[in-house]
Amino acid sequence: MAYERNIGDTLLAVDQISLSFGGVKALSNISFSVNEHEVFAIIGPNGAGKSSMLNCINGFYHPQEGTITFKGKTRRQVRPSEAAREGIARTFQNIALFKGMTTLDNIMTGRNTKMTKGIFWQALRFGPAEKEEMEHRAVVEKVIDFLEIEAIRKTAVGTLPYGLQKRVELGRALAAEPDLLLLDEPMAGMNLEEKQDMCRFILDVNDEFGTTIVLIEHDMGVVMDISDRVVVLDYGKKLAEGTPDQVRTNQTVIDAYLGVAHDDEDE
Amino acid sequence: MGDAKAAGAMADTFPKLLIENARRFGDRPAIREKDLGIWQAWTWQQVHDEIAAMAAGLRQYGFQRGDSLAIVGDNRPQLYWAMTAAQALGGTPVPMYQDAVAEEMQFVLEHAEASFAIVEDQEQTDKLLEVMDRCPKLKEIVYKDTRGMRHYDQPFVRSLDSLMEAGRAFLADNPGWFEAEAAKGKGSDIGIMVYTSGTTGRAKGVMLSFDNLIITAHNGVLWDGLNENDEVMAYLPMAWVGDNIFSYGQSYVAGFCVSCPESSDTVMTDLKEIGPTYFFAPPRIFETILTQVSIRMDDASKFNQWLYKKFMDIALRVGPDILDGRPVSFVDRALYALGELLVYGPLKNELGFSRFRLAYTAGEAIGPDIFDFFRSLGVNIKQLYGSTEASVFICMQKDGDIKPDTVGPPALDVELKIADNGEVLFRSPGVFVAYYKNDEATKSTKTDDGWVMTGDAGFFDADGHLKIIDRAKDVGKLNDGTMFAPKYLENKLKFFPYITEAVAFGHEKDHAAAFINIDLEAVGNWAERRGLAYSGYTDLAMRDEVYDLIAECVDKVNRDLSEDAALSGSQIRRFLILHKLLDADDGELTRTRKVRRNTVAERYGELIDALYSGIDVCPVEASVTFEDGRTGTIKADVKIREAQIFPSQQAQAAE
Repeated sequence: MAYERNIGDTLLAVDQISLSFGGVKALSNISFSVNEHEVFAIIGPNGAGKSSMLNCINGFYHPQEGTITFKGKTRRQVRPSEAAREGIARTFQNIALFKGMTTLDNIMTGRNTKMTKGIFWQALRFGPAEKEEMEHRAVVEKVIDFLEIEAIRKTAVGTLPYGLQKRVELGRALAAEPDLLLLDEPMAGMNLEEKQDMCRFILDVNDEFGTTIVLIEHDMGVVMDISDRVVVLDYGKKLAEGTPDQVRTNQTVIDAYLGVAHDDEDE
Repeated sequence: MGDAKAAGAMADTFPKLLIENARRFGDRPAIREKDLGIWQAWTWQQVHDEIAAMAAGLRQYGFQRGDSLAIVGDNRPQLYWAMTAAQALGGTPVPMYQDAVAEEMQFVLEHAEASFAIVEDQEQTDKLLEVMDRCPKLKEIVYKDTRGMRHYDQPFVRSLDSLMEAGRAFLADNPGWFEAEAAKGKGSDIGIMVYTSGTTGRAKGVMLSFDNLIITAHNGVLWDGLNENDEVMAYLPMAWVGDNIFSYGQSYVAGFCVSCPESSDTVMTDLKEIGPTYFFAPPRIFETILTQVSIRMDDASKFNQWLYKKFMDIALRVGPDILDGRPVSFVDRALYALGELLVYGPLKNELGFSRFRLAYTAGEAIGPDIFDFFRSLGVNIKQLYGSTEASVFICMQKDGDIKPDTVGPPALDVELKIADNGEVLFRSPGVFVAYYKNDEATKSTKTDDGWVMTGDAGFFDADGHLKIIDRAKDVGKLNDGTMFAPKYLENKLKFFPYITEAVAFGHEKDHAAAFINIDLEAVGNWAERRGLAYSGYTDLAMRDEVYDLIAECVDKVNRDLSEDAALSGSQIRRFLILHKLLDADDGELTRTRKVRRNTVAERYGELIDALYSGIDVCPVEASVTFEDGRTGTIKADVKIREAQIFPSQQAQAAE
């Protein structure tokens, strides 16, 4: 990007994380940190532990060792709902929307953690709950406008094409007004035009709202274009960390991606 | 000019009309826009204040009398205001097509010598910045949407908010400035310049004076009795002359409210929410709506299908007569009333047509089926014939005197005559001043005594209604001397829901032949119901089953043609389904989606040869331009089919 970005202090620090399922080591001794307002990518071949890493960050998995520090608060075990309340929102590799509900309602669920009035008031949609709902709806409408999905506001999500469903899922995550946004393969299965749109939205989110973004992506072109820094995982281990340029020229990374044996000199 | 008197009592420029409307209609809504899911409205007084601020802002940044202001974007209140703001300063607004690529914009910007541009958003700003170094006159770009614009630090790019802020500050110190500026304008000044899409060659800048626009708009208002209680939806391109009359001129003259949709994709939903009373749409849109209704009915429950069919039969039988006030039996009236309750009413409500007092269609011939469908539902859809050079209205149908195949009698104050070669000529108060910087074209279009050549061939029927058959220069002859009117054949083909576009050939050939574009939605749905898998347009278009389907349509057209002695010889002998949709981005259609015959003929020369050579398959490669401006190629084997030819009915009868 040609313009200046004000990257801030460390927002998220992952320290010596190890995670295993029975005898399988999904992650071993992973450490990295993400700064405020950064676009940070986690890349690696299939089974490298990328999604497990995200799952640890938002409290879905509980690593056996290591700590995660978010906004200066160090924690060992956290529930996903707590993580959400602290300001972490995410999207999933396989779309996890309520298929029968409209786009509007799906995005509205993203406001769930911010709703303070009890279920009784919400059910009646009366008095304070009505005022609260209007405030939430205003936020949701901003998201809809931002993602340019006005035309599908009242459409059931299940009937939408895949690319749009991905966009709705991003919308739901944005509705929570997160400080940290985790995107699990936001561009998987998209065509070129949809990918370009999604890139633009990710950069715009980062730019307009100052949201810190951690994303997993397979499309190297995309990752190198939009990320400030990249960490490379392979078989649960960290291979490299740095700017896209540094990572691109890192021999270990090249080898891992091309599947070349480590003692072989071929490219 | 009978009504110049009536118009003379009114203000003679739009800025003056605005001041008058702010006084007359003060707190009535003038314009609405759906923003963040809610309809926001501005009253005439508020619109007046906004426009005054915008004009003052433009002046602060150096917009002078005689300057041109380019306006690019979807239909947005602020962009409509920009038109009046420029006019108040003695400048000329030039609304431009928002989906044009940068190079097309460059031509208009350069030709119109626009010094300022007010654009909707980042996308349009980027396009202008791309060509700015080739448009030396362009000094300032003002954008409405701030999204994504934070990092544009060029000194000549600024937000509309900041410009209006400067304007407001100036107005606070100079009360009455706007009124004084507006008073300097007069009716004969150029009010708006629009560029014609031009089926041939480069676009021409049509200069329309305030008199042209206001008198014509006023005549339309008188013709149909429009008033401040009407509602209009502004969704067609602002660069098109029609929008300047329907959503701008007539709104100022009659004082009615114009609603801007949330985005171009939400028009149908917004239509339903607003419920306009006065509506304009090209035939294509009515066609799309009918296609969607048919598709949705095909998927409805058996009972609903039965109900729909039963009552549509009644509507088609008596609906048009009821609408036109002709006598209908009591039983039929009762049945129709029941149908209104059960079918027509809910359907119209679903489409957003419930409050329509009148709807116009123009630009192309409308299919009689489509026309009858909407009229039978009680939708007062009428045809008009117009052109940019006439400030729209030339002919328009009168309530109660409607025929599906004519465009009606001349509009108020319009004189019409037919030249020897069949070309239609008109003279009216709306006749344009001149083409900008193109005297040659002005002279070849407009005579010294004000008659304008339309380039369309037509004739008057027994009731004095004008019937247009084709472009005068397109009417040709087959080698055996039979008259060949390509547009006539194409329209007949396009009246089928499965066919979205057709191009007929035959001039100086042995027989007529046609290219066909299938309607992806209609044929796709048809294929789905038959369990026919396909990967995209090209794949679907190449299917034998689809060819069978289209062959049936062509056969029907041929049977129709065989009933008319003059046209029976021009039955379509061979046709093919094109492997790609004709597209404006490839230059094959104009921005208003009319076929550019020459471009198509050049580009698909080998396919035309194949139509006349007797071969069955022709391999082709076509270049396509994607929406992001990149280009690619499509390869396909295009099949050619023979159609059934019917003996001339009249010849048979004579035997």
